[in-house]
Amino acid sequence: MTIGLSHYLTLGAILFTLGVLGIFINRKNVIVILMAIELMLLAVNINLVSFSAYLGDLTGQVFALFVLTVAAAEAAIGLAIVVIYFRNRGSIAVEDINVMKG
Amino acid sequence: MIIQALFFYLFASIMVASAVMVITARNPVHGVLFLILAFFNAAGLFVMLGAEFLAMILVIVYVGAVAVLFLFVVMMLDVDFAELRAGFVRYLPVGLLVGAVLLAELVLVVGGWATSAGILKSAGLPTPPAGAPTNTEALGRVLYTDYVYFFEAAGLILMVAMVGAIALTLRHRTGVKRQDVGAQVARAPSEAVRTVTVAPGSSGFPELGEGQ
Repeated sequence: MTIGLSHYLTLGAILFTLGVLGIFINRKNVIVILMAIELMLLAVNINLVSFSAYLGDLTGQVFALFVLTVAAAEAAIGLAIVVIYFRNRGSIAVEDINVMKG
Repeated sequence: MIIQALFFYLFASIMVASAVMVITARNPVHGVLFLILAFFNAAGLFVMLGAEFLAMILVIVYVGAVAVLFLFVVMMLDVDFAELRAGFVRYLPVGLLVGAVLLAELVLVVGGWATSAGILKSAGLPTPPAGAPTNTEALGRVLYTDYVYFFEAAGLILMVAMVGAIALTLRHRTGVKRQDVGAQVARAPSEAVRTVTVAPGSSGFPELGEGQ
Protein backbone atom coordinates (compact mmCIF):
# COMPACT_ATOMS: atom_id res chain seq x y z
CA MET A 1 0.00 0.00 0.00
CA THR A 2 3.06 2.22 -0.17
CA ILE A 3 2.60 5.22 -2.40
CA GLY A 4 5.55 5.31 -4.75
CA LEU A 5 6.83 7.52 -7.50
CA SER A 6 4.81 5.66 -10.12
CA HIS A 7 1.55 6.58 -8.38
CA TYR A 8 2.32 10.26 -8.71
CA LEU A 9 3.58 9.87 -12.28
CA THR A 10 0.38 8.04 -13.24
CA LEU A 11 -1.68 10.80 -11.66
CA GLY A 12 0.32 13.36 -13.63
CA ALA A 13 -0.22 11.37 -16.83
CA ILE A 14 -3.98 11.18 -16.24
CA LEU A 15 -4.16 14.90 -15.52
CA PHE A 16 -2.10 15.77 -18.61
CA THR A 17 -4.32 13.56 -20.75
CA LEU A 18 -7.40 15.27 -19.36
CA GLY A 19 -5.86 18.61 -20.33
CA VAL A 20 -5.26 17.44 -23.90
CA LEU A 21 -8.78 15.99 -24.03
CA GLY A 22 -10.16 19.32 -22.81
CA ILE A 23 -8.44 21.14 -25.67
CA PHE A 24 -9.90 18.65 -28.16
CA ILE A 25 -13.50 18.67 -26.99
CA ASN A 26 -13.76 22.40 -26.24
CA ARG A 27 -12.34 23.58 -29.52
CA LYS A 28 -14.53 26.66 -29.70
CA ASN A 29 -14.12 28.12 -26.25
CA VAL A 30 -10.80 29.87 -25.68
CA ILE A 31 -11.33 30.22 -21.95
CA VAL A 32 -11.82 26.50 -21.41
CA ILE A 33 -8.77 25.86 -23.60
CA LEU A 34 -6.73 28.15 -21.35
CA MET A 35 -8.03 26.28 -18.31
CA ALA A 36 -7.04 22.98 -19.94
CA ILE A 37 -3.54 24.37 -20.49
CA GLU A 38 -3.42 25.26 -16.79
CA LEU A 39 -4.35 21.65 -16.00
CA MET A 40 -1.52 20.38 -18.20
CA LEU A 41 0.98 22.69 -16.49
CA LEU A 42 -0.29 21.45 -13.13
CA ALA A 43 0.36 17.87 -14.27
CA VAL A 44 3.90 18.87 -15.26
CA ASN A 45 4.39 20.42 -11.82
CA ILE A 46 3.17 17.26 -10.11
CA ASN A 47 5.70 15.25 -12.11
CA LEU A 48 8.54 17.63 -11.25
CA VAL A 49 7.74 17.76 -7.55
CA SER A 50 7.27 14.01 -7.24
CA PHE A 51 10.60 13.36 -8.96
CA SER A 52 12.15 15.95 -6.66
CA ALA A 53 10.73 14.24 -3.59
CA TYR A 54 11.57 10.67 -4.56
CA LEU A 55 15.05 11.36 -5.93
CA GLY A 56 15.92 13.67 -3.05
CA ASP A 57 16.91 16.48 -5.38
CA LEU A 58 15.66 20.01 -4.83
CA THR A 59 16.15 21.04 -8.47
CA GLY A 60 12.71 19.74 -9.43
CA GLN A 61 11.01 22.07 -6.97
CA VAL A 62 13.04 25.04 -8.22
CA PHE A 63 12.01 24.23 -11.77
CA ALA A 64 8.37 23.79 -10.71
CA LEU A 65 8.54 27.31 -9.28
CA PHE A 66 9.63 28.66 -12.67
CA VAL A 67 6.91 26.67 -14.42
CA LEU A 68 4.41 28.30 -12.06
CA THR A 69 5.80 31.74 -12.95
CA VAL A 70 5.49 31.14 -16.67
CA ALA A 71 1.99 29.68 -16.22
CA ALA A 72 0.85 32.79 -14.36
CA ALA A 73 2.30 35.07 -17.05
CA GLU A 74 0.72 32.96 -19.79
CA ALA A 75 -2.70 33.10 -18.13
CA ALA A 76 -2.50 36.88 -17.73
CA ILE A 77 -1.46 37.51 -21.34
CA GLY A 78 -3.91 34.93 -22.72
CA LEU A 79 -6.85 36.39 -20.85
CA ALA A 80 -5.85 39.93 -21.92
CA ILE A 81 -5.84 38.78 -25.54
CA VAL A 82 -9.26 37.16 -25.04
CA VAL A 83 -10.63 40.39 -23.57
CA ILE A 84 -9.42 42.62 -26.40
CA TYR A 85 -10.54 40.06 -28.97
CA PHE A 86 -14.00 40.02 -27.46
CA ARG A 87 -14.01 43.83 -27.37
CA ASN A 88 -13.13 44.05 -31.06
CA ARG A 89 -15.27 41.26 -32.48
CA GLY A 90 -17.93 40.48 -29.88
CA SER A 91 -17.12 36.78 -29.89
CA ILE A 92 -14.45 34.44 -28.56
CA ALA A 93 -15.05 31.56 -30.96
CA VAL A 94 -11.70 30.08 -31.95
CA GLU A 95 -12.81 29.58 -35.53
CA ASP A 96 -13.07 33.33 -36.09
CA ILE A 97 -9.51 33.96 -34.97
CA ASN A 98 -7.98 32.89 -38.29
CA VAL A 99 -8.52 36.46 -39.52
CA MET A 100 -5.24 37.27 -37.78
CA LYS A 101 -3.23 35.13 -40.19
CA GLY A 102 -0.65 36.58 -42.50
CA MET B 1 1.72 4.40 5.72
CA ILE B 2 -1.94 3.48 5.32
CA ILE B 3 -2.86 7.07 6.19
CA GLN B 4 -0.54 8.30 3.45
CA ALA B 5 -2.12 5.99 0.88
CA LEU B 6 -5.59 7.01 2.02
CA PHE B 7 -4.84 10.70 1.61
CA PHE B 8 -3.09 10.17 -1.72
CA TYR B 9 -6.12 8.40 -3.16
CA LEU B 10 -8.45 11.01 -1.64
CA PHE B 11 -6.56 13.94 -3.16
CA ALA B 12 -5.91 12.16 -6.46
CA SER B 13 -9.50 11.04 -6.99
CA ILE B 14 -10.94 14.47 -6.17
CA MET B 15 -8.38 16.10 -8.42
CA VAL B 16 -9.09 13.82 -11.40
CA ALA B 17 -12.85 14.21 -10.90
CA SER B 18 -12.61 17.99 -10.75
CA ALA B 19 -10.33 18.02 -13.81
CA VAL B 20 -13.02 16.07 -15.68
CA MET B 21 -15.57 18.61 -14.53
CA VAL B 22 -13.32 21.48 -15.69
CA ILE B 23 -13.28 20.24 -19.25
CA THR B 24 -16.91 19.12 -19.41
CA ALA B 25 -18.67 21.80 -17.35
CA ARG B 26 -21.59 23.39 -19.14
CA ASN B 27 -21.08 26.68 -17.36
CA PRO B 28 -17.49 28.03 -17.46
CA VAL B 29 -17.94 29.59 -14.01
CA HIS B 30 -18.41 26.08 -12.62
CA GLY B 31 -15.36 25.05 -14.62
CA VAL B 32 -13.25 27.72 -12.95
CA LEU B 33 -14.52 26.69 -9.52
CA PHE B 34 -13.61 23.07 -10.22
CA LEU B 35 -10.19 24.27 -11.39
CA ILE B 36 -9.77 25.90 -7.98
CA LEU B 37 -10.72 22.58 -6.34
CA ALA B 38 -8.13 20.78 -8.47
CA PHE B 39 -5.46 23.28 -7.40
CA PHE B 40 -6.33 22.81 -3.74
CA ASN B 41 -5.97 19.04 -4.06
CA ALA B 42 -2.68 19.46 -5.91
CA ALA B 43 -1.51 21.61 -3.00
CA GLY B 44 -2.45 18.77 -0.67
CA LEU B 45 -0.39 16.35 -2.74
CA PHE B 46 2.55 18.76 -2.68
CA VAL B 47 2.36 18.88 1.12
CA MET B 48 2.41 15.08 1.15
CA LEU B 49 5.53 15.16 -1.02
CA GLY B 50 7.26 17.54 1.37
CA ALA B 51 7.10 20.59 -0.90
CA GLU B 52 5.30 22.89 1.50
CA PHE B 53 6.47 26.10 -0.10
CA LEU B 54 5.20 25.12 -3.54
CA ALA B 55 1.90 24.02 -2.00
CA MET B 56 1.39 27.42 -0.43
CA ILE B 57 2.49 29.17 -3.63
CA LEU B 58 -0.01 27.06 -5.55
CA VAL B 59 -2.82 28.14 -3.25
CA ILE B 60 -1.79 31.80 -3.18
CA VAL B 61 -0.81 32.31 -6.82
CA TYR B 62 -3.21 29.95 -8.59
CA VAL B 63 -6.29 30.11 -6.41
CA GLY B 64 -5.73 33.68 -5.30
CA ALA B 65 -4.67 35.22 -8.58
CA VAL B 66 -4.95 33.10 -11.71
CA ALA B 67 -8.27 31.40 -10.96
CA VAL B 68 -9.83 34.66 -9.82
CA LEU B 69 -8.55 36.26 -13.03
CA PHE B 70 -10.30 33.50 -14.99
CA LEU B 71 -13.44 34.08 -12.96
CA PHE B 72 -13.33 37.81 -13.69
CA VAL B 73 -12.91 37.26 -17.43
CA VAL B 74 -15.63 34.58 -17.61
CA MET B 75 -18.07 36.84 -15.80
CA MET B 76 -17.05 40.00 -17.66
CA LEU B 77 -17.45 38.63 -21.19
CA ASP B 78 -21.04 38.44 -22.31
CA VAL B 79 -20.63 35.28 -24.36
CA ASP B 80 -23.22 32.71 -25.25
CA PHE B 81 -21.35 29.73 -23.86
CA ALA B 82 -24.03 27.27 -24.92
CA GLU B 83 -23.38 28.22 -28.53
CA LEU B 84 -19.65 27.68 -27.99
CA ARG B 85 -20.39 24.17 -26.77
CA ALA B 86 -21.88 23.16 -30.10
CA GLY B 87 -19.73 20.42 -31.61
CA PHE B 88 -18.85 19.06 -28.18
CA VAL B 89 -20.22 15.63 -29.09
CA ARG B 90 -18.70 15.81 -32.56
CA TYR B 91 -15.19 16.35 -31.22
CA LEU B 92 -15.58 13.87 -28.37
CA PRO B 93 -14.64 10.66 -30.25
CA VAL B 94 -11.43 12.02 -31.75
CA GLY B 95 -10.58 13.64 -28.43
CA LEU B 96 -11.13 10.40 -26.56
CA LEU B 97 -9.05 8.55 -29.15
CA VAL B 98 -6.12 10.94 -28.87
CA GLY B 99 -6.47 10.99 -25.08
CA ALA B 100 -6.51 7.20 -24.85
CA VAL B 101 -3.43 6.92 -27.06
CA LEU B 102 -1.58 9.57 -25.06
CA LEU B 103 -2.56 8.04 -21.72
CA ALA B 104 -1.51 4.57 -22.89
CA GLU B 105 1.87 5.91 -23.99
CA LEU B 106 2.44 7.81 -20.77
CA VAL B 107 1.41 4.89 -18.57
CA LEU B 108 3.66 2.55 -20.58
CA VAL B 109 6.57 4.93 -20.00
CA VAL B 110 5.77 5.20 -16.29
CA GLY B 111 5.24 1.45 -15.98
CA GLY B 112 8.57 0.71 -17.60
CA TRP B 113 10.32 3.01 -15.21
CA ALA B 114 13.10 1.53 -13.12
CA THR B 115 15.15 3.54 -10.67
CA SER B 116 18.79 2.67 -10.43
CA ALA B 117 20.04 2.14 -6.92
CA GLY B 118 22.76 4.77 -7.17
CA ILE B 119 20.45 7.54 -8.28
CA LEU B 120 19.88 8.85 -4.78
CA LYS B 121 23.56 9.58 -4.32
CA SER B 122 23.75 11.52 -7.57
CA ALA B 123 21.40 14.27 -6.44
CA GLY B 124 22.87 17.63 -7.27
CA LEU B 125 20.82 19.49 -4.70
CA PRO B 126 19.80 17.10 -1.95
CA THR B 127 16.49 17.84 -0.29
CA PRO B 128 16.79 18.72 3.38
CA PRO B 129 16.36 15.84 5.79
CA ALA B 130 13.41 15.89 8.14
CA GLY B 131 13.98 18.71 10.58
CA ALA B 132 16.18 21.71 9.90
CA PRO B 133 16.32 23.45 7.52
CA THR B 134 12.74 23.60 6.33
CA ASN B 135 11.72 23.13 2.73
CA THR B 136 11.13 26.87 2.29
CA GLU B 137 14.54 27.74 3.72
CA ALA B 138 16.32 25.15 1.55
CA LEU B 139 14.51 26.40 -1.54
CA GLY B 140 15.35 30.00 -0.69
CA ARG B 141 19.01 29.14 -0.20
CA VAL B 142 19.37 27.71 -3.70
CA LEU B 143 16.97 30.13 -5.37
CA TYR B 144 18.93 33.21 -4.36
CA THR B 145 22.38 31.70 -4.95
CA ASP B 146 22.62 28.97 -7.59
CA TYR B 147 19.52 29.99 -9.50
CA VAL B 148 19.67 33.75 -9.03
CA TYR B 149 19.84 34.47 -12.78
CA PHE B 150 16.83 32.25 -13.43
CA PHE B 151 15.06 33.99 -10.59
CA GLU B 152 15.78 37.38 -12.14
CA ALA B 153 14.60 36.06 -15.52
CA ALA B 154 11.37 34.89 -13.88
CA GLY B 155 10.86 38.36 -12.48
CA LEU B 156 11.50 39.83 -15.91
CA ILE B 157 8.94 37.46 -17.46
CA LEU B 158 6.36 38.52 -14.89
CA MET B 159 7.06 42.18 -15.55
CA VAL B 160 6.79 41.71 -19.32
CA ALA B 161 3.50 39.86 -18.77
CA MET B 162 2.20 42.65 -16.58
CA VAL B 163 3.20 45.40 -18.99
CA GLY B 164 1.81 43.39 -21.91
CA ALA B 165 -1.53 42.71 -20.23
CA ILE B 166 -1.96 46.36 -19.28
CA ALA B 167 -0.85 47.61 -22.70
CA LEU B 168 -3.23 45.20 -24.44
CA THR B 169 -6.32 46.01 -22.44
CA LEU B 170 -5.79 49.73 -21.86
CA ARG B 171 -7.90 51.85 -24.16
CA HIS B 172 -8.43 55.56 -24.54
CA ARG B 173 -12.03 56.10 -25.47
CA THR B 174 -12.89 59.27 -27.33
CA GLY B 175 -15.88 61.33 -26.35
CA VAL B 176 -15.50 60.69 -22.63
CA LYS B 177 -15.50 63.76 -20.39
CA ARG B 178 -12.50 63.71 -18.13
CA GLN B 179 -11.09 66.15 -15.67
CA ASP B 180 -8.19 68.07 -17.24
CA VAL B 181 -6.21 69.38 -14.31
CA GLY B 182 -3.81 71.38 -16.46
CA ALA B 183 -6.60 73.25 -18.22
CA GLN B 184 -8.29 73.93 -14.91
CA VAL B 185 -5.18 75.35 -13.28
CA ALA B 186 -4.17 77.38 -16.34
CA ARG B 187 -7.56 79.07 -16.48
CA ALA B 188 -7.23 82.86 -16.03
CA PRO B 189 -9.95 85.23 -14.78
CA SER B 190 -9.80 87.12 -18.04
CA GLU B 191 -11.14 84.17 -20.04
CA ALA B 192 -13.52 82.88 -17.42
CA VAL B 193 -15.44 86.01 -16.43
CA ARG B 194 -17.18 88.47 -18.74
CA THR B 195 -18.42 91.81 -17.57
CA VAL B 196 -21.54 93.07 -19.26
CA THR B 197 -23.24 96.31 -18.77
CA VAL B 198 -26.93 95.68 -18.38
CA ALA B 199 -29.28 98.34 -19.47
CA PRO B 200 -32.46 98.57 -17.39
CA GLY B 201 -35.24 96.46 -18.84
CA SER B 202 -33.03 94.32 -21.05
CA SER B 203 -32.04 90.74 -20.46
CA GLY B 204 -28.35 91.51 -20.27
CA PHE B 205 -27.63 89.06 -23.08
CA PRO B 206 -27.69 91.11 -26.27
CA GLU B 207 -27.54 87.98 -28.42
CA LEU B 208 -30.95 86.93 -27.14
CA GLY B 209 -32.52 90.03 -28.50
CA GLU B 210 -34.38 92.70 -26.66
CA GLY B 211 -37.75 92.29 -25.08
CA GLN B 212 -37.97 88.49 -25.22
